[in-house]
Amino acid sequence: MGTPRGRMIAGLMILPAALVFLAFFVLPLVRLVVAGGDGPDGWAGYGVALADTRHLTSLAETLVLSIAVTLATLVLGGIPGLFLARNRFPGRALLVSILTLPLAFPGVVVGFMVILLAGRQGLIGQVSQLMGGDRIVFAYSMAGLFLGYVYFSIPRVVLTVMASAEKLDPLLEEAARSLGASPWRVFLDVILPGLKPALIASGAVSFATSMGAFGTAFTLATRIDVLPMVIYTEFTLGVNLAAAAGLSLLLGAVTWAALALARQATGAGVAAAG
Amino acid sequence: MQKRSLGFWLQLALTLAVSAFLGVPILQSMLAGVTRNIFQGVLKSGLTLDWVGQVLTLYWPAILLSIEIAIGCLIVTLLVGVPAAYGLARAPGRLARLAEEALVLPVAVPGLALALAMVIAYNPWGGFRQSAWFILAGHVLFTLPFMVRAVLAVMASSDLATLEEGAASLGAGFFRRFFDVVLPNCRSGILAGALTVVTLSIGEFNLTWLLHTPLTKTLPVGLADAYASLRLEIGSAYTLVFFVLIVPLLVALQLMGRPRRMKPVPEDQP
Repeated sequence: MGTPRGRMIAGLMILPAALVFLAFFVLPLVRLVVAGGDGPDGWAGYGVALADTRHLTSLAETLVLSIAVTLATLVLGGIPGLFLARNRFPGRALLVSILTLPLAFPGVVVGFMVILLAGRQGLIGQVSQLMGGDRIVFAYSMAGLFLGYVYFSIPRVVLTVMASAEKLDPLLEEAARSLGASPWRVFLDVILPGLKPALIASGAVSFATSMGAFGTAFTLATRIDVLPMVIYTEFTLGVNLAAAAGLSLLLGAVTWAALALARQATGAGVAAAG
Repeated sequence: MQKRSLGFWLQLALTLAVSAFLGVPILQSMLAGVTRNIFQGVLKSGLTLDWVGQVLTLYWPAILLSIEIAIGCLIVTLLVGVPAAYGLARAPGRLARLAEEALVLPVAVPGLALALAMVIAYNPWGGFRQSAWFILAGHVLFTLPFMVRAVLAVMASSDLATLEEGAASLGAGFFRRFFDVVLPNCRSGILAGALTVVTLSIGEFNLTWLLHTPLTKTLPVGLADAYASLRLEIGSAYTLVFFVLIVPLLVALQLMGRPRRMKPVPEDQP
C-alpha cells in the first residue's frame, strides 16, 4: 500500500480522528496556554503561580504520594500477580477476578471504598474499637488517599505482571536451578529481570494515575492538597487562571513524561491509565 | 502434586490479604445498599430495596444520560477509531508513528487538565458548552485512543497486507476489502475496544466533573453528589446500581481479553 492512492486512503481514514484530536485537544490546549497568560500579571503570572510556596508544597507532596503508591503497588500487586501466574490451585480463578475487578472503577467509587474501610463508620475503625482501642479513622487524609490509589492501581499491576510472568521462559529458571541457584537467587537473577518491563510499565501507569487522579481526592476531602485538587480550587474558587493553567500543563507534562519514559525503557506499549 | 513450600503459603497469604483489601469494601457497599439501617447492622434492621428505589427515583436522569453518552461514545469511536486504526496500520513510516503517538496523548494527560482546557476553549460557545454533547466530546477524546489501540493491536498481529492483496488480486475494490476482509479479521480488537470504551465512559468522572452542568449530570457525577450529601445507605445503593451496570462489562472484557493476548490470531491456528 505504498502507492499514492494507498497513502491517500490511509490519510482519509485517519482524518476524522485527527479532527477530533485537533478540535478537542490541540485547540483547547492552545487556548489554555493563552488564557493562563491573560491574567493580571500577564505571562509573568505563570512564574508567580509556579513559584508559589503552596503550589510547590503541593507538587512535592503529590510526587511523594505517587512514588509511595507506585512502590507499594508494585509489591502488593506484583507478588500476587506472579503467584497467580505460576500456581494452580482451587479458588485461583476467583482470586484473579477479585484482584482485577476494580480495574475500571472511577476515582469517586474508589474514594467511597476507602470511606467504607477507613471512614467514620469504616470497618477498620469498628475493628479497632472492638479490640478495645480507639476508633481508627484516616480516610479523609493523605493516608486515605494513599490507600485509595493503591486500591486503584493494584488490578493493573496484577494483570500486567500475570501476562508477563506467563511469557517467561521456564527453561531459564530450570537451568538456573540445575546450576544450584537457590529459589531466592532464581527470583532475583531470572524472574525479576524477566518481569522488569512489566513492572516498569505498570509502575509508570500507577505513578501517572496517582499524580493526576481527581475523583478519589474529591470524594475524600477538599482539604487534601494534592495537585489536581489545587488546580480545581484555583480554577473554581480562586479564579486564578494562570495558576490553574500553569499547574495543569505542568501536571500533564509530568504524567506524559513518566509514561513516555516507561515506554522508551520497555519498548512496549504502556497500557494507558483509566 | 508436589508438597507446597513455605514460600507458597506466604505468597498465598499475601494474595488473600490483598484480595480482601479489594473485595471487602465492594461487598460492604453492596450489603449496605440493601440494609435498612447500617448503624444497627443487617441482622438487627433487615434487608430492603428502598434505598435502591430512592436512588432510581433521585438519579434516574443521570443514570440514563450516562448510558446514552456511553452509547454515543461507542458509535463515534467505532466510526472514527476503527478507520483511524486501519489508516495507521497501513500508512508506513515515521509520520504514521507520530500520528499514533499524538492520538494517544489525551490518555497520558490527566482528565482534569483536559477538561479545564476544553471548558476554557469552548466557554464562548454557550449552547454547546451547556449541552450533553460537550460531555460526549470529552468522553470521545478520552476513549478514542483505547479503541484505536485495541484495533491496531489486532491489525498489527494479523497479516492484513497479504489478506488484502489476495482480495485485491481477485478484483475486490477498497470498500469491499475493508468491509469483507479487514473488519471481520479485526472482530476481537473491535469488541475489546468497544467494551473498554463503554466501561470507561460510564465511569468517567475526572473530565466530566468540570464538563457537566446541573442539567447534564452523569452517573458518576451523581455518585460524588450522593457520597457528599446523602446517607451512607443511599451512597451504597447507588454504588450497587453502578456495579450492576459495570461489572458485566468488566467480566466480559476479562473473559475475552486474556487469552487473546497470548494468541493474537486464533482463527489462523491449524
